[in-house]
Amino acid sequence: MTQLFDCRDAFNEKLLELAHLDTRIVTVVNDSVGSSKLTQFRAEFANRLINVGIAEQNMVGVGAGLANGGLIPFVCGASPFLTGRALEQIKADVAYSNTNVKLCGMSSGMAYGELGPTHHSIEDLAWLRAIANMTIIVPADPVETSQAVAAAASITGPMFLRISRVGVPVVHPADYKFEIGKAARLREGRDITLIANGVLVHKALEAAEQLASEGIEARVLNMATVKPLDEEAVLAAAAETGAIVTVEEHTIYGGLGSAVAEVVVTHQPVPMRILGVPGVFAPTGSAEWLLDHFGLNAAGIYNAARELVKPTK
Amino acid sequence: MNKNDENTEKIARLRQIATNVRLRDMEMIYQARLGHIGGDFSATDILVTLYFEVLKIDPKNPTAPDRDRFILSKGHCAGALYTTLAFAGFFPESELATFAQPLSNLNGHPNRNKVPGVETNTGPLGHGLPVAVGTALASQLTGLNYRVFVITGDGELQEGSNWEAAMSASHYKLDNLTVIVDRNRLQQGAGTEQTNGLDPLDEKWRAFGWSVREIDGHDYNTLLDIFAQVPFEPGKPNCIIANTHKGQGVSFMQDNVAWHHKVPNAAEYAAALKELSAQNGATPLELPKIEVKVGV
Repeated sequence: MTQLFDCRDAFNEKLLELAHLDTRIVTVVNDSVGSSKLTQFRAEFANRLINVGIAEQNMVGVGAGLANGGLIPFVCGASPFLTGRALEQIKADVAYSNTNVKLCGMSSGMAYGELGPTHHSIEDLAWLRAIANMTIIVPADPVETSQAVAAAASITGPMFLRISRVGVPVVHPADYKFEIGKAARLREGRDITLIANGVLVHKALEAAEQLASEGIEARVLNMATVKPLDEEAVLAAAAETGAIVTVEEHTIYGGLGSAVAEVVVTHQPVPMRILGVPGVFAPTGSAEWLLDHFGLNAAGIYNAARELVKPTK
Repeated sequence: MNKNDENTEKIARLRQIATNVRLRDMEMIYQARLGHIGGDFSATDILVTLYFEVLKIDPKNPTAPDRDRFILSKGHCAGALYTTLAFAGFFPESELATFAQPLSNLNGHPNRNKVPGVETNTGPLGHGLPVAVGTALASQLTGLNYRVFVITGDGELQEGSNWEAAMSASHYKLDNLTVIVDRNRLQQGAGTEQTNGLDPLDEKWRAFGWSVREIDGHDYNTLLDIFAQVPFEPGKPNCIIANTHKGQGVSFMQDNVAWHHKVPNAAEYAAALKELSAQNGATPLELPKIEVKVGV
């Protein structure tokens, strides 16, 4: 059985490693030390972990202030509360003020399953994508998470990292080089392109296997950077494969699918399917059950692709 | 010169600068046809004291890592801040004439990426204090030992984010942080106490762990004295409740809720100009380059 990883572990390991090398790195949390997996960080750097308690607006403002003082704050909280509660602070104190704050939305998407829609974060990409000056990264596995953390620390400016707690297999080779704003082509294909990110990349790869068994060669892109979008990769996919399916653990309004569609419809219109949560509050169910419920699995992706492409054999 | 004379001279200078700030600010607002004169004038004496006697800052090096930080949380009073910054040498006074014009650096609310001396972009209320807490924390973590000063409006304290930040400041024992509440008792639509009462305000801050002083926010003797006493108590953040008058300096604007963001017409402008110019011997400004047109 394929080993699954919680990307928060890779996040914390890399952050710890970087914190040893760069004393400017600090973390800010809203009583979310455990859920952000920062227990070890706190053990090693007690005074560099600022816990403001259950107060997200203050948490983000404090992050902006720490950046003003020359530090590199990683502001970590459950994604629904970090982005929803503190959206105006993210807009004014971080993005518009252009402060060097790294917003880390933990346990994003529907990872909190049965806890329900209050705890789901399926709007975060839409909210943040609408704000100017914001870089948005949704890593797919521990390899990419680790490199995204390193990129966040080394590049000056506002950034949002969306870190899931849902187990994922490694989808990138060991020599993978993550680059902000660049899609990773994980599978070649000329019949259709599947564009995914985060916890759904491995499901897109699975769907591609299934399609291949029927003679449909699907290109698979991991679009970890939702903003700025790799428009070149999207346009190449449209031109060379003629059809696109996007899939994300997010509402279909305003996330990855919308971003891709904005580019496609403007420059290279091709048939598309946008898979995600279809504008509803999720019913009760576990994280994995909800993904299946909304067709955010290999079968759902396969079916969407089959609507667009007929098999050749 | 003995200490008393020195102080008298210092205060005369501050008063004159403040009157000139009010004159220039009003001119700017009159030309732009927008701004917040009432709140600008209530905060002016505090701003001038900070920039000309308290803050350790170098206008020629506005991003020096160890500079004192000032944050105007009531960002709608950008006019008073811009004028003070220009007078203090952060940018040429001539730039003030561009206020609110297309593509001007001087937006209706301050932008740190465009205006030297601005530390964070404010405008929505309740943002300055949380950022100030982070900045003050950074001072302690980095050992740079600078101080952080914030002016908040009083109505602004109705925003809950301030109280989240107030808790953090005392939890982290940020005695290098000073908040000055511009207590003019008026907000946009009515009195603060008629809208969502803040009193007893001093007790609120004390309950949140701050060391509190209440002063007359237009009395330079008191302002200088109180800033010299910071930190009031080691390990506690400092709160100065500055009792002020909205529209201070112009009789018909003073304590009048209508002047939150009203722009004077020609007759009002001329009358205010006359009143302000008569104060503190403030005539050195070559003021109205603008024509006062009747009926504007």
